[in-house]
Amino acid sequence: MQRELALKVDNINVFYGEFHALWDVSLEVEPQQIISVIGTNGSGKSTLLNAIAGLLQPRGGDVELFGEKISGMQPHQTVVRGVSLVPEGRRVFGRLTVYENLIMGAYTPRARKRRSTVLRMVYDLFPRLHERRNQLASTMSGGEQQMLAIGRALMSEPKLLLCDEISLGLAPLIIKDIYKKLEEINRQGVAILLVEQDINRSLKACQYAHVMLEGKVVLSGNPASLTLEEVKRAYFGV
Amino acid sequence: MIDLAQPIINGLLLGGLYAVIALGLSTIFGIVRVVNLAHGDMVILGSYLSLAFCMWLGLNPLWTILLVAPIMFCVGFLIQSVLFNRVLGKGMEPPLLMAFGISIIVQNFLLLVFTSDARALKSDLSMMTISLGEINISLLYLLNFLIGLAVILGLRQFFRKTFLGRAIRAASDDVVAAKLVGANTSSIYAYAMGIAALTAAVAGVLVGMTFIFYPHTGPQYLIIAFGVVIIGGLGSIKGTLVGGFILAMAQLLGAHFFGPGYQLLCGYMVLLIVLAIRPNGIFGKA
Repeated sequence: MQRELALKVDNINVFYGEFHALWDVSLEVEPQQIISVIGTNGSGKSTLLNAIAGLLQPRGGDVELFGEKISGMQPHQTVVRGVSLVPEGRRVFGRLTVYENLIMGAYTPRARKRRSTVLRMVYDLFPRLHERRNQLASTMSGGEQQMLAIGRALMSEPKLLLCDEISLGLAPLIIKDIYKKLEEINRQGVAILLVEQDINRSLKACQYAHVMLEGKVVLSGNPASLTLEEVKRAYFGV
Repeated sequence: MIDLAQPIINGLLLGGLYAVIALGLSTIFGIVRVVNLAHGDMVILGSYLSLAFCMWLGLNPLWTILLVAPIMFCVGFLIQSVLFNRVLGKGMEPPLLMAFGISIIVQNFLLLVFTSDARALKSDLSMMTISLGEINISLLYLLNFLIGLAVILGLRQFFRKTFLGRAIRAASDDVVAAKLVGANTSSIYAYAMGIAALTAAVAGVLVGMTFIFYPHTGPQYLIIAFGVVIIGGLGSIKGTLVGGFILAMAQLLGAHFFGPGYQLLCGYMVLLIVLAIRPNGIFGKA
């Protein structure tokens, strides 16, 4: 029997108009795994996550979630199937309160039914969000907004969490804290695909890593087998 | 002093009507980022629908709100889902042209069905006044004000407390993030336009009871709505209310001091002053 994959990205190509942003990118995420994709700005990492979530449509290639083809779907269809993206730059709803942001995270009918249970779990994971539940999201610090963005993404009870640059612009201590939470989320059975510029941080957190450069995967391996030297060379393309 | 009180009171009451006229324009800009040039025509379409029900069923115009509002909700919902949603994300001009086209179609449809005669929604209310000393308050103006205020407060509560209201606010805050939580933004926009058309329907019935209207009166109210939202700030409900008061007050005080011929001019002078001092409107986002 074939082992079941949470996510299988098979040779996808993505274009912005004429610009070829992703070239034959493939990767796999097993359930319970944290996989990371490392690359510089503009290497195509965010494009990859957006294509999986359905914000962008790949031209050729397949994306499968637990064996079901999800490429070609819109985001509201992928969310129902268990994909949730924590977008780059957090993108919390600034003029909504923390509580309202979380409520919006449970948008799908299934999630709405289990809203109060999941809300309690998210508050347990991030007690700070509970303290600030009636505050407008725009008035919170960057770290708190990042927690909110993750909490909101969890409200749909995803099977696969996509995290786009969650350490961007945050203090090292807060980053450490947020990564700890990610591992906790992962232990509860959520597969995670991480995208980062921070090489060390993401190598430490993951079980398998891919390095992207100019829209292609140039190096893959598990963190123990990859030398920092190798990764750096692939990362900068030298 | 006492002769100033009359225009101030009238300005306040008329301001409530102006605010509800502008409400739909403001919400749609705030949420869908489309300037609905057909908004004034949707208001007048509401007036004519009310007229049709008055003639057909012999109702008091006020009661027709209960029929006209849901019909206009459906009209707005359809306009958004069938027309505007097709051209979103394709730049500023296509939705603008589409709104312009809808405006022309509505005006000519009304011309065809109702001819170009002047119409009014007649009721006994238009003659009644309440006298407070030397001040006379028109019952109709008072009613406009109260209904307008009720619609505005109702909409505010709807946006704050209901799931759909919150979803609409979320989509207006960040449309990408709204898609990512699983919202179908096309359908959210359709509901939003339905609600805007519903407020236009209420405005249309009140306008029709208060003033004479023709098939081509719509743009006149579009301009009032523009004035209100520019003063108050686009997309802000509070701003729409305050903008309505300021515009109406400026017009009536202008008429009081300089003569009726200066009524419109004074309104636009205040508009220009607000634009010069606060280009985003009083409650607008910077």
